[in-house]
Amino acid sequence: MMGEKILEVKDLNVSFHTYAGISHAVRGVDFYLNKGETLAIVGESGCGKTVTSKAIMGLLPTPQSQIKRDDGSAILFHGENLLEYSEKQMTEIRGSKISMIFQDPMTSLNPTMKIGDQIMESILIHQNVTKEEAKKQALQMLELVKIPNAEQRMKQYPFEFSGGMRQRAMIAVALACKPEVLIADEPTTALDVTIQAQIMDLIGELQKELNMAVILVTHDLGVVASVADRIQVMYAGKIIERGTVDEIFYHSAHPYTRALLNSVPKIHTNNKETLYSLKGTPPDLINPPAGCSFAPRCEYGMKICRQRYPDVTTFSDSQQCSCWLHHPKADVSGLPEGMIRRG
Amino acid sequence: MAEKEVLIEVKDLKKYFNVGKKAVLKAVDGVNFKIYKGETLGLVGESGCGKTTCGKTVMGLYEATGGQVIFDGVDIHSLNRKEKKEFTKRAQIIFQDPYSSLNPRMTVEDIIGEGIDIHGLYKGEERRKRIHHLLELVGLNKEHAMRFPHEFSGGQRQRIGIARALAIEPEFIVCDEPISALDVSIQAQVVNLLIKLQKDLGLTYLFIAHDLSMVKHISDRVGVMYLGNMVEFASSDELYAEPLHPYTKALMSAIPIPDPQAEKSKKRIPIQGEIPSPINPKPGCRFATRCKYATEECKQITPELKEVLPGHYVACHRTEELNQ
Amino acid sequence: MVENQKKIIEENIPLTDDLFQRVGTKGLSGEDIGKKSLTYWADVWRRFHSNKMATLGLILLILVVILLFVGPIISGKDYQFINASIKNTLPNSEYWFGTDDMGRDLFTRVCVGGRISIYIGLCCTLVMFVIGALVGALAGLKGGIVDDLIMRCCEFIGNLPYLIIVVILSMVMGRSLFSLVFAMSLTAWVGTARMVRGQILQIKEQDYVQAAKALGADTGRIIIKHLLPNTLGIIMVDITMSVPGFIFSEAFLSYIGLGVRPPETSWGALASAGQQQLMFYPYQLFFPCLLIIITILSFHLIGDGLSDALDPKLRQ
Repeated sequence: MMGEKILEVKDLNVSFHTYAGISHAVRGVDFYLNKGETLAIVGESGCGKTVTSKAIMGLLPTPQSQIKRDDGSAILFHGENLLEYSEKQMTEIRGSKISMIFQDPMTSLNPTMKIGDQIMESILIHQNVTKEEAKKQALQMLELVKIPNAEQRMKQYPFEFSGGMRQRAMIAVALACKPEVLIADEPTTALDVTIQAQIMDLIGELQKELNMAVILVTHDLGVVASVADRIQVMYAGKIIERGTVDEIFYHSAHPYTRALLNSVPKIHTNNKETLYSLKGTPPDLINPPAGCSFAPRCEYGMKICRQRYPDVTTFSDSQQCSCWLHHPKADVSGLPEGMIRRG
Repeated sequence: MAEKEVLIEVKDLKKYFNVGKKAVLKAVDGVNFKIYKGETLGLVGESGCGKTTCGKTVMGLYEATGGQVIFDGVDIHSLNRKEKKEFTKRAQIIFQDPYSSLNPRMTVEDIIGEGIDIHGLYKGEERRKRIHHLLELVGLNKEHAMRFPHEFSGGQRQRIGIARALAIEPEFIVCDEPISALDVSIQAQVVNLLIKLQKDLGLTYLFIAHDLSMVKHISDRVGVMYLGNMVEFASSDELYAEPLHPYTKALMSAIPIPDPQAEKSKKRIPIQGEIPSPINPKPGCRFATRCKYATEECKQITPELKEVLPGHYVACHRTEELNQ
Repeated sequence: MVENQKKIIEENIPLTDDLFQRVGTKGLSGEDIGKKSLTYWADVWRRFHSNKMATLGLILLILVVILLFVGPIISGKDYQFINASIKNTLPNSEYWFGTDDMGRDLFTRVCVGGRISIYIGLCCTLVMFVIGALVGALAGLKGGIVDDLIMRCCEFIGNLPYLIIVVILSMVMGRSLFSLVFAMSLTAWVGTARMVRGQILQIKEQDYVQAAKALGADTGRIIIKHLLPNTLGIIMVDITMSVPGFIFSEAFLSYIGLGVRPPETSWGALASAGQQQLMFYPYQLFFPCLLIIITILSFHLIGDGLSDALDPKLRQ
């Protein structure tokens, strides 16, 4: 799957001004996205995953948030830096080249507009087509996302749709212009499991059909396992580990990733032993602790962890991890099997 | 099995809401189950299936439209005011949303102490000691007593809610989706805490959730609800190993497994459409509209919850032929 | 900037063996919740304080109130003392605001009249608040038929023509301060009742109220401990916003001759008297109006600041 890089994020820093001080929501995030692949960004609430995706879309609230702009920082889409784009240029890209779907479809669908009109609007803005043509495309989109009775549904309002149908409609709006990148921000969190499965299947099918790259932002490792190609785990505004699905699920090298995996009960096995649970809560990003942000909750933490942020250790082409435990001098006694690989 | 003491028996419980002229929302429609002392009964189902309404009716927070909730031999919906207050001392509830379940204008000490004050259990220094003890029990410390809820994270707030429920030493706690609003690593904290408290204090839980894997982990027996009805009821291991109802099967297979290889080899039973509205439901099996095995009989007659295997109940007309 | 400095400091730490000793989570509970933050009201005060316009309003109001009470003492004049030899004197060092057509010191009269105006404003607001909060809370809590009945009554009273009521009442009860307050607050509480009812309906469904019920709390406790403290903020904004309304109504009623009766006076009565001299002595209208404007403006600024400070959306 050695595709070309379609999107590349370099040293992204986002801070928010709150009355309690400046909150560093994203602190130096680097990653890339290949054509047609699915990249999952996994992390708990407040880890900066949603802020990262909104920064790519240029959807961060402007007076409160600030993106660091200097030589090293860039969001490159086909080699062009989106950070330098004007609002007008961003509007052209948004919805046509890069689209986003959200957790709550009710907040991104306009409640006073018919579903069909909302899909057509997106087509009319970005494509030079007649109204008739747009209507035809909108109908096709609704059929593509498997909404039954598409013709009638075009004339209905969002409140007449059920939760899962609304999510489908929102996907139809987002994909109306056949974007190259789809950012799905917790697309199934508000849905029930059976509906969640339907929607995830749908996104997967559409991805193949339209040859899109997908960034899947979620907290649910279960969802990630079946659909993602690569995963990156975020904690307190930084990417702490990244790798292919297998690398993350079977050979994870960061204690936080391990903790995340172990704190979910295994439904297909019959053991009832105590779940692995992390102590404490994620740090306050207004005043993040010195060194590794995870150190205060890490049972293998060392003195160095509380003083200096670890360098990136590279294990393979795809797997990288930021943790002091991989330093040659580290105390590795009692670590879970397979976590430390030297040589 | 037979020696187990029944703490709560729910008999044909019904809770309807009037939502307009001739429109009745049948949130819970004839549910039966027993909860034994010291066990955890799990209640799962998708949103709108009536599991939360069921829990709140069992607690007496909602008046039942029909049926009985027998707690220790007495129907709680027939209690007078004074008896009801006594009942609240024995049964408590933990809520889903850690943000709306704590009064933002009260200190943690007053929140936890509310039950103690209402029932006049402790006063002055003793009250303070009890509250500090409760805080330690849920993994917080006494410095937190004078703080306000907005200073805490979701998981910490949920634990304050647990301390509030524990303050009056109840025997029975309804856990209404206590972990749904929390992050993965925090969910484990809260679940472990609940299990530990159960062991130490001999509590009985009614654990309501939509997260099937957590329910399986914490519960001894599990009931699956669909649109106000109980469709299947069994011990948790049995239910997950061998679901018999078509809905349960589909539900089980839809759970994403955090293991890429297991996920690849897993066969999913697709389920069409979405849950229909619980307002004025049609007669017959509620699941019939989405069930691919549905026959004419299913659309006409509501199936009874029958004991198919020892301790394993299913409400489906075609259980036997479908599970040969 | 801070981030970068931190990075540089961190990078200068030498990697000695000692630093790789395991410490786990020792010494850290992981449950630290940050420095003690403010209580709700302290926080509201802090935000109110940082709002320049609101603070200005508060200072203005305090200055006006001080002026009203200290003014007559420093001017050393009596507000009813008639001296025909100095009538319609322009403002000067002896008579700061000049004198009126009967030779009374206008400065002292504005101060004394202002007391009455503010007194009426506060009284009406108090009556409005007490009746409105009680009725609204009752409607919100009981619901059902009680709620329906109360709300229909509110609609009826709210739709009565206000001026006619005042005229009828002042005919029936005679023109006194009491009848004025009574007439003005008779219809005003309806809005408060509606607002309190809405708030109560919203808070009643919150989980913490259900939790209190589950703990066995009775209705009284739920009202005092849960419902009232959580509606107080909105009620406070409503109160500060209605005081200027009442002051204005009083001024209006006095202006058209339905308000305070001489020899008592108020800003409205003074403005009414000044208006008759407008062509020749405009200052007689100017000063009472100035005071009315400053007072009403300051109340509005305070109300705006309060509602911003209380807005939970701005709260983190």
